[in-house]
Amino acid sequence: MNPLLQVNNLHVAYPSKKFFKPALEIIHGVSLDLAPGETLGIVGESGSGKTTIGRAVLGLAPVTKGSIEFEGKDISHAGKAERRKIARDLQVVFQDPYSSLNPAMAVGDILSEPLVTLGATRADARRRVRTLLDQVGLPHDAADRLPREFSGGQRQRVAIARALGPKPRLIVCDEPVSALDLSTQALVLELLLDIQRETGVAYLFISHDLAVVRHISHRVAVVYRGEIVETGPAEDVTLKPEHPYTQRLLLAAPIPHPVQQERRRAERLRLREQQREQHEQTAVGLSRA
Amino acid sequence: MSVEQLTADPDLEASARTPLWKRLAGDPQAVITGAILTVIVLVGFLGPFFWTHDPNAADLNYANALPGDPNRPLGGDQNGRDILARLLASTQTSIIAGLIGVIVALLVGVTAGLVGGYLGSKTSAVTEWLFNLVMTFPGILLLILLMPVTGGDYRVTMVIYGVLLSPAIFRIVRGLVIATKGELFVDAARVSGLTDTRILARHILAVIRGPIIVASAFLVGTAIGVQAGLAFLGVGSSAVPSFGSMVSEGFTNLYLRPMQFLWPSITLGLITACLILFGNALRDALEGGQKNVGGRKSRRPASSARPLEPIPSEENALLVVRDLQIGYPASDGTVRPVVKGVNFTLNKGEILGLVGESGSGKSQTAFSILKLLPAEAVILGGSVWFDGINLLEASERDMQKIRGRRIGYIPQEPMSNLDPSYRVGAQLVKSVRATTGVDRKEAKARVMELLERVGIANPERVYRSYPFQISGGMAQRVLIAGAVASRPALLIADEPTTALDVTVQAEILDLLRDLQKDLDLAIILVTHNFGVVADICERIAVMKDGRIVETGEAVDVFDNPASAYTKSLLAAILDESTVRADRPAALAQKQE
Repeated sequence: MNPLLQVNNLHVAYPSKKFFKPALEIIHGVSLDLAPGETLGIVGESGSGKTTIGRAVLGLAPVTKGSIEFEGKDISHAGKAERRKIARDLQVVFQDPYSSLNPAMAVGDILSEPLVTLGATRADARRRVRTLLDQVGLPHDAADRLPREFSGGQRQRVAIARALGPKPRLIVCDEPVSALDLSTQALVLELLLDIQRETGVAYLFISHDLAVVRHISHRVAVVYRGEIVETGPAEDVTLKPEHPYTQRLLLAAPIPHPVQQERRRAERLRLREQQREQHEQTAVGLSRA
Repeated sequence: MSVEQLTADPDLEASARTPLWKRLAGDPQAVITGAILTVIVLVGFLGPFFWTHDPNAADLNYANALPGDPNRPLGGDQNGRDILARLLASTQTSIIAGLIGVIVALLVGVTAGLVGGYLGSKTSAVTEWLFNLVMTFPGILLLILLMPVTGGDYRVTMVIYGVLLSPAIFRIVRGLVIATKGELFVDAARVSGLTDTRILARHILAVIRGPIIVASAFLVGTAIGVQAGLAFLGVGSSAVPSFGSMVSEGFTNLYLRPMQFLWPSITLGLITACLILFGNALRDALEGGQKNVGGRKSRRPASSARPLEPIPSEENALLVVRDLQIGYPASDGTVRPVVKGVNFTLNKGEILGLVGESGSGKSQTAFSILKLLPAEAVILGGSVWFDGINLLEASERDMQKIRGRRIGYIPQEPMSNLDPSYRVGAQLVKSVRATTGVDRKEAKARVMELLERVGIANPERVYRSYPFQISGGMAQRVLIAGAVASRPALLIADEPTTALDVTVQAEILDLLRDLQKDLDLAIILVTHNFGVVADICERIAVMKDGRIVETGEAVDVFDNPASAYTKSLLAAILDESTVRADRPAALAQKQE
């Protein structure tokens, strides 16, 4: 099967604001692929570059090298007109449900605007908005209200509805549940899973939280300092990681139970010692060589 | 599928739904100044239809006539012209001048601001340079020099003045556009394939219009003032009645007929004063500058009338919180409670986890122990006993002896709690000296020792660093060092690891655990994260809607939660067993 999204040797660098200073490279050669209807989780810590990968796919970050193929076409340097065409199939849900919705627009307008841009009539767009609100579990009268009248979880539902509007094939989800409370987080994840089963949309799911990624992803890629250090089926990567960094990441995440967590803590300290010794040995080895 | 209840905040809803004019109608300042301005505009434009005297018709019979004559109700000026008719005509002149000035300023300033702020750095630099150049022009002088070009027509003059005013609007718009274009909703619009013009009009201009409207109200006043000033200097056609020329003529006649000077001055003063006050009211309405509605009376702690309550003396208790109630003033004048009677006891050397979701009142509870609640918060009742005194009734001076010395504090955002303009070491030395009173040298030695104690590998380097030169985890270590410097008995940690990565979080929790053992600290850890609680807390208090719904030993609460709410929270946790099992739809179909 042809992948829906194929990223090859992606490099992203932001030009420096100062003269005579080289551009700052954030992503150093990342490759990944995503099948239709699949969820690829991208996990990493702050500054690892995980968000930048998503932004590059969306055309919001400057690609300096490599290719991003979506539905077989390279979109890494797509122009505005081409982007507008891609928008039908490629959408986004951002982390912060507070700044991702225009505070001056009613929810109905937020949802219908992209549809009208893509050529729907006003009446069609209005009908579609009602279906979308149903799909994300919001009442119809939400369309006439402003974003600030909703809680964080409800706003994130609006953002998901906006992404679903044009019936896309891929949604880039950038930390979509990180700003939400625990119980709301579970509900929104459940919603994303339901939608995927219903519509067959694929997710590029970016998160710092291993537990969240494990819950929603078929496959997981671990990003560390702008590179993918480990990738594979969700269960393997998030429960039996091979790369030392992923191991550290897994053991650092506390288990919500005092007794189990005590055990994990001991395990983490043991791993830390072990990795330190290995590090010293290789350092000694290198200095000898 | 689960549907969340639409429990929108009633306050927010009110402000979101009410249109601008309705919010203005509730503000006496807006109503009064708005009414005066409306009356002045109406009288200025409709008045001449009822009072048809020619403002320029001189009749020496009426020269310096006193007020009260049926043909010259407000008297005549030195040429015998009707002062009332001249006032009406001058009002028109002023208003037209103000509007021309501000409309031109808006057209030029908003367009250039949007383009300069949104497009690339080159366009931005060029527009900014152009407007800086315009700002260097000496405004009034330029208008006088351009007299031959304008031909003395005040309207042409105001068009030029509008251009001179436009940098004020340009700078506001450009700043706001730059701030707004980084917002995620603009990114979302770009991903949706919207054109730049549409994004600028619908997503950026609509969001930033408030400050522009407010600035415009002030600029109308400025433009009117400048037009009058030019006329006062005698620049422009004398055939057009204007407050400026009336004042100037009245000035020469000041000792004979002071009223000739007074009429135009009063009207002009009234117009500009009303514009400024109306602009202020507009800003309050548009930018949510909330008026203080709570009233001072409600600030008094209700509990102050109960001094006879015995000091709870539980053995080993360090901190006893009894029936703590905190509220915030709502827009309808009532006080809305957010903490509704919280009770708990903290023993010496114990770590208590205060867990809850956002809005549960957990942070409010913690801050009330430090007495660091926001100024508008109202303590509605209860007591917080520490070392035998009720902190809620302690004076600010007593609190200064306790805060930072007996009770330490670790914040959620380490970076925003360090002053970016001072070196880390200097900040720590200052706080150590404030709490212990040792000299500078000893304080420095103490700080170095502390930095090493909190696990900083190179204390000397961190000591000399500015906050932006160290990482978030390092900054949190620095703050912990500061918090334990005076060997406090109690540490309040408000989501101390929420802003940090998990690997750093684990290390910070290790550090807190070590310090707690070494110093026999009691810690109140406010968090929403059950993993953090499981890692470090001995006891847990679960909060919901301003109440503690459950409290107990950590293991017991995790194994046998008593309240339904705790059960639902624990059920929402994604533990290691929740691995996605189903295959991608496309692959599954292919197999079938």
